[in-house]
Amino acid sequence: MHTDAKRRIFLRGSMAASAVGVAVGAGLLTPQAVLAAWPQAAFEAKQVDQAIDGLMGSASTEASERIAIKAPDIAENGAVVPITISTDMAAESIAIIAEKNPSPLAAAFNMGPGAQGYVSTRIKMGQTGDVVAVVKAGGQLYAARKGVKVTIGGCGG
Amino acid sequence: MASKTIKVRAKEKGGVTTVKALMTHPMETGTRKDAKTGQLIPAHFIQEVTCEHGGNTVMSALWGGGVSKNPYLSFKFEGAKKGDELKLAWQDNQGNSDAITTQIK
Repeated sequence: MHTDAKRRIFLRGSMAASAVGVAVGAGLLTPQAVLAAWPQAAFEAKQVDQAIDGLMGSASTEASERIAIKAPDIAENGAVVPITISTDMAAESIAIIAEKNPSPLAAAFNMGPGAQGYVSTRIKMGQTGDVVAVVKAGGQLYAARKGVKVTIGGCGG
Repeated sequence: MASKTIKVRAKEKGGVTTVKALMTHPMETGTRKDAKTGQLIPAHFIQEVTCEHGGNTVMSALWGGGVSKNPYLSFKFEGAKKGDELKLAWQDNQGNSDAITTQIK
């Protein structure tokens, strides 16, 4: 009896917690710490252009050879794909986009005073596709891309 | 300030400080289903990482669920010297946060 009651309370508690979690995830509940600055539309965009536009205010990019994308040619584990973007341009911000992901925008970085055009992180890639790096410099958007083959998809699907 | 979820190393060489950080975080996209219950695992991911030095935010990263679990981050900036303090902090979409301060070596 005792354990049943405890189990019910525990389950209710954890379901409540996960319900809150789902609500938060669905954007229905806004915890105080949610930043006004987090570009929800950009991160939820399903198309690359929408994502860039949502993040940078424009989808118009110019191809640049001054952006280097270091990424494996073949990613054995799509859940963890190391990506390094570097540029000698005076980058104000850098975005990493996985073209074939359900939500292509993976990460964005804003360079503060003294920050160089260099970021490195690890992203999930659901399938083989291009990694697109968008760099904002001098108010203009530049882009480069590199194909990454993914042998085991990493979006948990 | 120690941290349970952030390990960071900052090294200055030739005027450039390279920061490398490893954070512990599930980075759930919100699209994954629990294998046992079939329920969607709620989105739970770091939304922002900031690095402060000398009163400036030298870098701020905005992330979505597309960043890998236990995220790694590295970036570089100028204008700091050995012994300077650096603060790295993250906030996630469920209102959690953590921060660490370290000295540049």
